[in-house]
Amino acid sequence: MTAAAKKERRKPPLGIVTRPGSSLRNKTGPWGIMRPVFDCEKCTGCNTCESICPEGCIRHLEKKVYEADTEFCKGCGMCAEACPSDAITMAEERR
Amino acid sequence: MSAPEFTYDISRGFMPGHRACAGCGQASAVRLVMEIAAPDCVVINATGCLEVFSTPHPESAWSVPWIHSLFENVPSVASGVEAALKKQGKLDKVRVLAFGGDGATLDIGFGALSGMFERGHDILYVCMDNEAYMNTGVQRSGSTPYAASTTTSPAGRQSFGEDRPKKNLPAIAAAHGIPYVATASMSYFADLRRKVKKAINIRGAKYLQVHVPCPPGWGYDEKLTIEIGKLAVDSGLYPLVEWEDGEVTRVRKIKQVPVEDYLKTQRRFRHLFRSEEGKAQIAKIQGMADTDIKRYGLVD
Amino acid sequence: MRKMIEGSMAVAEAVGLCRPDVISAYPITPQTHIVEELSQMVADGVIDAEYVRVESEHSAASVCLGAVAAGSRAYSATTSQGLLLMAEVLYNIAGMRLPLVITGVNRAVSAPLSIWNDHQDTLALRDTGWLQLYAENSQEVLDMHIQAYKISEDDRVLLPVMVCMDGFILTHTYETVDVPSPEEVDAFLPPYDPLYRLDPSDPYTLGAYAGPEMYQEVRYEIQRDALASKEVVKEVARDFQAAFGRWFGDVIESYRAEDADLVFVAMGSVVGTLKDWVDAQREKGEKVGLLKLRCFRPFPVEEVREALSKAKRVVVLEKAVAVGGHGIVTPEVQAALYGQAKTPPVTCAIAGLGGRDVTIETIDEIKQRAESGESEFFAGLRTELLEAS
Repeated sequence: MTAAAKKERRKPPLGIVTRPGSSLRNKTGPWGIMRPVFDCEKCTGCNTCESICPEGCIRHLEKKVYEADTEFCKGCGMCAEACPSDAITMAEERR
Repeated sequence: MSAPEFTYDISRGFMPGHRACAGCGQASAVRLVMEIAAPDCVVINATGCLEVFSTPHPESAWSVPWIHSLFENVPSVASGVEAALKKQGKLDKVRVLAFGGDGATLDIGFGALSGMFERGHDILYVCMDNEAYMNTGVQRSGSTPYAASTTTSPAGRQSFGEDRPKKNLPAIAAAHGIPYVATASMSYFADLRRKVKKAINIRGAKYLQVHVPCPPGWGYDEKLTIEIGKLAVDSGLYPLVEWEDGEVTRVRKIKQVPVEDYLKTQRRFRHLFRSEEGKAQIAKIQGMADTDIKRYGLVD
Repeated sequence: MRKMIEGSMAVAEAVGLCRPDVISAYPITPQTHIVEELSQMVADGVIDAEYVRVESEHSAASVCLGAVAAGSRAYSATTSQGLLLMAEVLYNIAGMRLPLVITGVNRAVSAPLSIWNDHQDTLALRDTGWLQLYAENSQEVLDMHIQAYKISEDDRVLLPVMVCMDGFILTHTYETVDVPSPEEVDAFLPPYDPLYRLDPSDPYTLGAYAGPEMYQEVRYEIQRDALASKEVVKEVARDFQAAFGRWFGDVIESYRAEDADLVFVAMGSVVGTLKDWVDAQREKGEKVGLLKLRCFRPFPVEEVREALSKAKRVVVLEKAVAVGGHGIVTPEVQAALYGQAKTPPVTCAIAGLGGRDVTIETIDEIKQRAESGESEFFAGLRTELLEAS
């Protein structure tokens, strides 16, 4: 359906259709108080932390420089436990 | 200079902001599967943890087309989606993925699953196996392992918990003769990724059962999800096996650890460590692990 | 083209003309001839559809749900136990506002097991959100399926439609029907154009859960649209008549009821018998008439009220019983008449359960018992069986 044709038809009934990716407005950061701290010196770039994070909020913009999106990080600590190089520690976030 | 803002795009398939527990093995596994399958796919999802924590209207963590119907009809709804896409000539480009928990897959949806396999639809069915009906409060399922304590198979003065062994659904799936069946663990994520990539490029019915630890259901500190998942595999209690056209073609070898190392980490097995009877059950569980290690050749 | 065919074949012809993309059904007497004929038509390339041979009715409905959600037109047929087995899926399809047409072949429900006709099965599903149309004869069955897709896919409706036809009485009898040409049907029924679908180029999430803060509003909208769909049913019936020249009523058909003292109300094939009975009675000078209920959901309150406005007595011939309650159609008729200055007595006559023949004699008995003041009864009860037990 073209965008023009779509405009002429009714909107979907209430509650039937949910917009994709709309969960992004639900910031889960406040769920926890612990945040991962990444030690780039020890990091080997294995990408384990980024792979296993349940939120998918760990990224690296450069090799071996990892960071977590505190807007979504729930502070579970899986990344710190799973890091084979002990390059991640969990620290309490002070706002 | 501040870092650029975090961006989350459609090719991820599964976005943050979902309401999974911290440390949820399932959320982790789904993300890994979706990063390979998205964006040219359609997902059919059973009622359960994943569906509930990812789609409280008006929020959805899915950036791919996604549908939830009922608890036990995921294989059939997926069959209908597949048939429609086939008729539309889109099945070559668009993959059909189905997600269901162990309850939806092994128990209530078993008949529909068998029908889907028997008809050979081009669907990748991924079972998120956290070994109980977690979303409704940790009630036992056909996938609950022997001697685990759940809310409907609790350990008590006259019970050691679940008194039936785990239903071997991968073997049942393989017996249908479908092109590909595999077990995987979200803790061994490289292996999981390999299996997803392989499955998604095969035409026909595929079954992938992923072991996903559950912090509240199994009773452990949420940061230990990866460790505990590894112990399940390395003790032989969750063999990682691949079947093609009904025959075992590959297994992941393990450096075996005693089942005790796995069982003692979780509250659902803690009762076994408090009595002589419990000790006997642990020995039985070790026997089960040893049988599977031998059957699948998991140790050199 | 005129053909002398079984009612089941008329359904298959109609469904074929509606060009479904996905057909999925599970065999169950007396629907079997429909799905067998459709299978043959697919096997011969007469119908170009994916035929999914499911392992249960619950799956048949689910396959249709998935196919429609993915943007294709789908079809299924079932009856009795099959309808009850797919009941939760039917609620789901309507709740998700997916257009679909299913043939509900009317058959009694177990226990005891019966393969023969009555209306207990489809009437048990009157609250699912499905529109329900009841056909009088094979021609109407054929026409109704074509109309059903048009109604269901209308943006003002977006609710699934169940075309109800009496098992064996219509499915397994031969009548002459006029089968329209594909060109005629294509002109009337365009291809399915989904408002929303599962499409990677424009992804949506369908079937999210609704919390207490909004569930009520979603159900309100469904109810509102279901009631409003009555006008679409009427409109489509008129458009069909203009295109094909045939009329079987829209939501009702009033047969010689305008000046009748006693009016029967009924649905389905028994309407044909009742029309014969009315004509015979009229020959004898009796002022009787018939109100055919064509559309049971949504229930056509205003039309029923209007049609019965002159009646001195109303007799509802039911092929179902709400155990522990009354009839099923009767309370709906009574509710429609409620609150007026003059309300005629409404008799509930339960007949024809489990395939028991409803004959002219049965109707005579019903009239006589109604006029003698009985308000609710089973007609033609074999009391000798009851005394023996």
